[in-house]
Amino acid sequence: MLKVTPFHPRTAALSQGQAWRRWAGHTVLSSYELYHDREYSAIRNAAAMIDVSPLYKYAIAGADAERLLDRVLPRDMTKAKLHQVMYTPWCDAAGKVIDDGTVSRLDDQQFRLTAADPNLRWLHHNAVGMDVTIEDVSDSIAAVSLQGPTSRDILKGIAEADLDTLRFFRLTHASIQGIPATISRTGYTGDLGYEIWVDAGRAVELWDRLIDGGEAYGITPAGILALDIARIEAGLLMIEVDYVSAHHALIEAQTSSPYELGLGWTVKLEKGPFVGQAALAQEKHRGPAWQFRGIEVDWESLEQLYAEVGLPPKIPTVAWRTSAPIYVQGVQVGYATSGCWSPLLKKYIAMAHLESRYARLGTPVHMEVTVEHRRKEAMAQVAKLPFLDLERRRA
Amino acid sequence: MATRSMSSYDAIVIGGGHNGLVAAAYLAKAGKRVLVLERRHVVGGAAVSEEVFPGFTFSVFSYVVSLLRPEIIRDLELPRHGLQILPLESTLTPLPNGDYFAAWADHDQARQELYRHSPKDAEAYDEFGRLMHHMAMAVKPIIGMVPPDPTSLSPKDLLGLGRLGRHFHGLGDDKFCALFKLMTMSSADFLEEWFECEPLKATKSASGIIGTFLGPRSPGTAYVLLHHYMGEIDGAFRAWGFAKGGTGGISEAIASAARTFGAEIRTEAEVSQVIVKNGRASGVALADGTELKAKVVVSALDPNLTFLKLLDPHELPDDLVKGVRQFKFRGSSGKVNLALSELPDFTCMPGRGPHLRGAISISPSIDYLERAYDDAKYGEFSRQPYMDVIIPSMIDPHMAPPGKHVMSCFVQYAPYQLNGGWNDAKREAFGDTVVDTLAKFAPNLKSAIIHRQVLTPKDMEDMVGLTEGNIFQGELALQQLFFLRPLPQWAKYRTPVRRFYQCGAGTHPGGGIMGASGRLAAVEILRDW
Repeated sequence: MLKVTPFHPRTAALSQGQAWRRWAGHTVLSSYELYHDREYSAIRNAAAMIDVSPLYKYAIAGADAERLLDRVLPRDMTKAKLHQVMYTPWCDAAGKVIDDGTVSRLDDQQFRLTAADPNLRWLHHNAVGMDVTIEDVSDSIAAVSLQGPTSRDILKGIAEADLDTLRFFRLTHASIQGIPATISRTGYTGDLGYEIWVDAGRAVELWDRLIDGGEAYGITPAGILALDIARIEAGLLMIEVDYVSAHHALIEAQTSSPYELGLGWTVKLEKGPFVGQAALAQEKHRGPAWQFRGIEVDWESLEQLYAEVGLPPKIPTVAWRTSAPIYVQGVQVGYATSGCWSPLLKKYIAMAHLESRYARLGTPVHMEVTVEHRRKEAMAQVAKLPFLDLERRRA
Repeated sequence: MATRSMSSYDAIVIGGGHNGLVAAAYLAKAGKRVLVLERRHVVGGAAVSEEVFPGFTFSVFSYVVSLLRPEIIRDLELPRHGLQILPLESTLTPLPNGDYFAAWADHDQARQELYRHSPKDAEAYDEFGRLMHHMAMAVKPIIGMVPPDPTSLSPKDLLGLGRLGRHFHGLGDDKFCALFKLMTMSSADFLEEWFECEPLKATKSASGIIGTFLGPRSPGTAYVLLHHYMGEIDGAFRAWGFAKGGTGGISEAIASAARTFGAEIRTEAEVSQVIVKNGRASGVALADGTELKAKVVVSALDPNLTFLKLLDPHELPDDLVKGVRQFKFRGSSGKVNLALSELPDFTCMPGRGPHLRGAISISPSIDYLERAYDDAKYGEFSRQPYMDVIIPSMIDPHMAPPGKHVMSCFVQYAPYQLNGGWNDAKREAFGDTVVDTLAKFAPNLKSAIIHRQVLTPKDMEDMVGLTEGNIFQGELALQQLFFLRPLPQWAKYRTPVRRFYQCGAGTHPGGGIMGASGRLAAVEILRDW
């Protein structure tokens, strides 16, 4: 049997179609309702509640905790302020991305790292000789993500915490009607939102409090299908979909550097020594071979391709995670890894790896689409990521 | 009858084991008139299924499949001839403390289980799998290659060596070093670089000792570990399967393909000698006195029988005879086949469950395996042996009457050179030890046994002609691999006798139901034609 999350008694009861899927060895719901439409809308219109407990979580503590993280992460951890959260990839010695996640400074000598993949062994390897403890707290901490414009109002109603002053990518310790929690202003949707971290034993209670307190604000449990659309709109990467972990890649060509994933801003080459530094410095000097960019499919072109076979244009109903070739004048110059119809932007969008010289914004390209069983090329152009940049996310 | 004995063939293959059948099928496919001669009443050699007890069919010797070369499956269209490989899903290692270690086929489940024993190993496991994937990729071309002679200056050998050099060069430093380690280290040392969980290390290292007279701490066993990783099923490395109908099903499929291509297969036809005239093979003499003529004679038997029994050693160069005598067989394993009235009930995982569709490995720790070897080193069978157990009737219900089961126990160590030699009493004592060892983990086993077949290395030698009962027709030890298998100068399927070839597992790349030796031999024979 696969594992279930601490919220399982509640999530399972709400599942209308038993649409379970795997996430890090757990079963989670693709959608609660039979169609994920309303769940997506809640992210952008009210508040969606997403069980993100399967994330790997590591508690890193001790005199050398900061030193360890500064060594394994490309970001400058000496600059991490108390209660600051940082998004970061991390790399192997060749400067290729192993994983990405967030690191939170809970205290002077206490951090929490979230990851998409297991990283315990990797952390231990790098901690040799350091005064630090690394504890896998993945199963003991439950996490729920509350995302959407009404999320702050919901939390203000039930949490004892100063949410008005809680800035983007900061956290606060709080009590949610007696449940000790950490609330971070983070998420995977590009919207105003929070992630709430509690002891796994209190998870069901937390769920009930949120539902009660959120009812008046349109709170809606949402599954992975809704989240997937939101994260593509927000230009956020997914491991094993948009990039292959350097720990899983079978050939070098499958790996990517942070520069090739649009994450160059996280790499602080001038800081102290860290894993991958030399390779990353070289790559920065040389210029990355690939860029990660948005793709906007030209609607008229898509409409034309369908019109040729006598059909109205068909748009994907769920986000896709297959690889779609990108061409320039008939030559493949890249590949899109995720795509969807953005209900908010009213655009067919995708995220793609492009050879650097074809990555200039506005470059006209073609993306492969299948129209009535036949492969066609729809006109498209290279776009900036993220597609969606909401003011309320940071405000 | 007289006309038949006069009949002449293009090729006669001695021995209807899977390699002999593969060679025959390829030769027949090339349009040659081929005859296979098998001493027993059934083809397959050690890959044979027999109804040992009424209603109970056993893969009497070899019992799982992974290494069968995909190109052979394609070339001979084996699925059309009945080959069906069913998945073997998991490996359960019961532990003396009542717990267990299970390696499930599902990645998430496997990780969860391993995490329970060691969180670090759960992560190392994936990385290790990736390394072994690379190693299998690195060795894969070698398996499909006729070994070049490194001492030769002939253009073909130099070309082969050049190809090999380029291949290894292309691996890159880290992979080349890992391969070097695999070639030289013991499986225990190699695995200890990666893992801390004892049952995991032991169960994995067991792959490194199968069929050899070595322990998990003996250098060279890491290679055998890799050899077992090279199996592919449907393009995936390290996939093990169970052939429908038992391993005899594989031999039957190959035999059927060979017949379709026009080969003739005769059973109960024991060859006593290869007829050599003027340094050249011209046919064979059967035990009943019949002589059969052929342009080419191919032996699928092991190097000992091929050179020292089928030929007159006086006709062979001294160094070859010496080489064959030095070739290490040293059979080290036995087999116990049980007919059961009910399924074994494992204390660590009670009841019927998916674990009974997979392998059950008695390998709780490296020390356990090494101690089992210690007994064998000094001429005794292991008092607490390593075992790889499967219950074929859980996978293919046709193997036993409805509701009843067959159980196959591969057991190590059972040395061929037992102190005082093997006899009926020793065989039964060995069988008792096996059952006692298993019954510690599945107490109902003893009362469930309806019939028991115990096979010692001596029995394997007597029944299917494997010298000293070695399941690989000679150990897969480094000094007996590639251009050294079976002997330097004679690793290209040829022999000093013109038109007499070897195609058994005693040639490169060796044992397991692989068929590669048979195929490569056929390729070389056709090249000389």
